[in-house]
Amino acid sequence: MDFRVATSKRLSGDGGPLGGSIVADTGSRLSLYETAPNVEVSLEEFEQFALDRLRVLKGIEEVRARRKRLEELDTVVIDLWRKHMRTPNAADLNKKDVVSHFVLRLAYCRTEELRRWFLAMESALFRHRFRCESSDSQRKLMDDYKLPFKAISVAEFEVLKDKLGQVCRSLNQPLPTADSAYYKVPFEEVPDLVANRKILLGGGHAFVPREQLALLVVGQFRTRLSKALVLTNRFVIMKWTSVCAEDEKDRLAPIVESLSTRYLGADYTQPDSKRDISSKDLDNLAKTSFPLCMHHLFKKLREDHHLRHGGRQQLGLFLKGIGLKLEDALAFWKNEFSHKIGPDKFDKEYAYNVRHNYGKEGKKTDYTPYSCVRIIMSTPGVGDHHGCPYRHFSEENLRATLGTLRLSTPAVAEVLEKVRSHHYQLACATAFEAIHGSPSEGINHPNQYFDQSQKLLQSVKSSEVSAAN
Amino acid sequence: MTRELHEPMDEDPSSGEARKTEDSYLNDNQQAHFPEEFSPDFLKLYYGRLFPFDEMHKWLSYGHDGKHPGCDSTFFSRREFSFTLEHDIYVRYLSFRDVPEMETAFRDKCPHKIDIGSIYNVDPAKRMAYAHGAGDSVFSPVEKELVFDVDMTDYDDMRTCCSGADICSKCWPLMTITIKVLDTALREDFGFQHILWVYSGRRGVHCWVCDSRARRLSNEQRCSVADYFHVYKGNQNNNKKVTLSGAALHPSLSRAYTDVLKPYFEEQILPNQSLLSSEEHYEKILQMIPDDAITSQMRDRWQGTRRSSSSNEEVNLTRWRQLRQALELSKKNQMLRRSVEEIIFAHTYPRLDLEVSKHMNHLLKSPFCIHPKTGRVCVPIDPDDCDNFDPSTVPTLSQLLNELNNSKSNVKGSSKKVSKDWERTSLAKSICFFRTSFLEPLLRSCKLEIEAHHQGKIQELAGRPTLNW
Ligand code: SF4
Ligand SMILES: [Zn+2]
Repeated sequence: MDFRVATSKRLSGDGGPLGGSIVADTGSRLSLYETAPNVEVSLEEFEQFALDRLRVLKGIEEVRARRKRLEELDTVVIDLWRKHMRTPNAADLNKKDVVSHFVLRLAYCRTEELRRWFLAMESALFRHRFRCESSDSQRKLMDDYKLPFKAISVAEFEVLKDKLGQVCRSLNQPLPTADSAYYKVPFEEVPDLVANRKILLGGGHAFVPREQLALLVVGQFRTRLSKALVLTNRFVIMKWTSVCAEDEKDRLAPIVESLSTRYLGADYTQPDSKRDISSKDLDNLAKTSFPLCMHHLFKKLREDHHLRHGGRQQLGLFLKGIGLKLEDALAFWKNEFSHKIGPDKFDKEYAYNVRHNYGKEGKKTDYTPYSCVRIIMSTPGVGDHHGCPYRHFSEENLRATLGTLRLSTPAVAEVLEKVRSHHYQLACATAFEAIHGSPSEGINHPNQYFDQSQKLLQSVKSSEVSAAN
Repeated sequence: MTRELHEPMDEDPSSGEARKTEDSYLNDNQQAHFPEEFSPDFLKLYYGRLFPFDEMHKWLSYGHDGKHPGCDSTFFSRREFSFTLEHDIYVRYLSFRDVPEMETAFRDKCPHKIDIGSIYNVDPAKRMAYAHGAGDSVFSPVEKELVFDVDMTDYDDMRTCCSGADICSKCWPLMTITIKVLDTALREDFGFQHILWVYSGRRGVHCWVCDSRARRLSNEQRCSVADYFHVYKGNQNNNKKVTLSGAALHPSLSRAYTDVLKPYFEEQILPNQSLLSSEEHYEKILQMIPDDAITSQMRDRWQGTRRSSSSNEEVNLTRWRQLRQALELSKKNQMLRRSVEEIIFAHTYPRLDLEVSKHMNHLLKSPFCIHPKTGRVCVPIDPDDCDNFDPSTVPTLSQLLNELNNSKSNVKGSSKKVSKDWERTSLAKSICFFRTSFLEPLLRSCKLEIEAHHQGKIQELAGRPTLNW
């Protein structure tokens, strides 16, 4: 079942904006993804390639959260790349690289949130891959980008020498010598260097030492990808047919759709069999080990004896994931809802849904607890309590809620800082660390939050026991 | 409210005259007097007769209101305005096609405050039409001025003259310093030319950088510029509010230090704020010095040495000299000698509300608004003459209306043709400054850019570009 991602004729046929030509193999293994691939891909490959790349990007997200040094990150990222992007036939690596990138572009172009994530992860991936290229191939890539930056002349260097030296001394770096090359680039190209006053600025130019040129290439990559994503989004909205044939649309659309919400870690479909949780434990567990999203839903359910559909799903599947058995789940929901609507109405209207989530009704599929990404992407409306508090609460609201968790003021500030830069999961991890007084492995899934928390609490308990002995 | 501003200003001779003028209205023009209190009716008059709609429209059109074929006639109407109406009702996403539409809306709604937001890709008032289902829509900001917001309350930990909303001639130099440091860096380092400084109407200043390059900065680039100025990092849990490591200061910081910070600190801030005369305050400064020997030496010298004959000012200066000598002579290390600079930076370097600068879609109060609490007009400030800007002489709404009323009788006899009402009030000075020093040079640049862009487009069309996903 082969299909073309697109043919050049179809792409540029009516003067559409997606025109592309066959990717000229630059000889470099690192692609700039300037042109859409024009290759035959099977439907299986279409999905598999994209999933593999997603694993790499997810991996990058996790290690970045742990604030490693740049060189360490290089190794980790390259390892991730080798592990997931391997192809049976080495010659196919390029194809897999390019196809997977473009498929994910389709999946991740659709909201600001997705675009931001994809852009950050792809840029990081590109940066590490670039750093690991030989200097020859680095230079080639820079030529490919036709970077318009020129080294400053000797005369200009002489004029700026003192100031350039001052910058070096402010960074405790060796002074520039006659043969240090500096490039003159618009300051917009090197935000990282501007932010930390790591370079000399003058008249809107940044004077960038040669060693930092890699940043320029990454910067270019980023800007171009960012623009491309916005364009892709506009055209996908207007017509799917601009990226594939009409008859492929029905098959491709759902794959692309699911790619953006797919969580790639453990999926927690099967409850932890070692853990036996009954509904009477829940209050305690909610206090100690629920992430904020679940804590909030749980609290609202207890207060209002009701939750709307989105909330029931989010909390219900989470509870299933932590090991609440079907019978206990039924008892728990019934007990709460009965306060308001009475037991009969519950049996009639809501019990089915609970059983459904446990795969006992309807299609008998076992439903998967929602991952952070999925929760963060959800769009709670009026009266809804689901979603991720770090993403969906107003700042004042979040601040107040964090206060009730007895987080210290600096911890709250740190969480809010992360939220402001849109790192919701990092914010959640920070809260985890503040509550548990111990580092987290990064938060990707509410059930993973719960497991981490339980593990920590168990080990504290057992060490207390052994200390007592 | 104006009273509140006047009182602390009493020692300042420059404000005396302004007050006298205001008082003379009180005495001489009993029948046509507008009282100081802020009233919505006065605002209506202000929008009806005095608000410079033409100038504002010209500014925010950036040359796109002419006949040139390169003009984008939708430009102005894609700009978001927001109104704060009576009872704090906040209305966002307003937009106006032209001056008449703007005038009508201002007069009808009579906003107590007007904020200016970004230019969107589509008319913000019609944004709903472009929404595609839940979540994301195509509607997004495409450009906005780079803005800065400085508020006197951020200096409360060091102000001894007043606090909160009050300002006086002893603390206002902090704003003068901010204007000088920022204005110079924006021009010399970043190469910007079209910079508008505006009094916020009460206790701060706003800065609008209007060069096309500034308007098109991405959020990431805005962050980098904001962080370039992020030197002061004080908070409740940090005595050391400024840390200057490195063997030298970055050229931009050392320029600010020598030209502005140091002279202003020694001549104005130190004596005016009495930073070293009371124990409570000198303790704060001593805490910034990482050397116990020196700090205890100073404490010994200062405790109880204050002779009643020496003036407060002398005490501050002598003590500063002693402290500086001790630090500069210290053979210990470079760190200690840095302390002098750190103390000065901590007390003078601009404290910006960085969040305002970092995001393209942050709104900022419009120039020429009336501050509802003080009644003062948000007038432009000339950065080259900011030393002479005195917030207590900024015209108030009632003052303007009185001037307008009183000038009526004179108009008939005068041979000079007066076309606008504001020309007969003290607002004239501000509007003329806005026109000649800001608007005219800005529009000249805009015209050139529109022409260049237009030529570029013609050539591009000839070369038929292709875009990619
Ligand atoms: S980050 Fe994940 S676990 Fe944490 S609150 Fe948000 S959705 Fe829940
Ligand atoms: Zn004051």
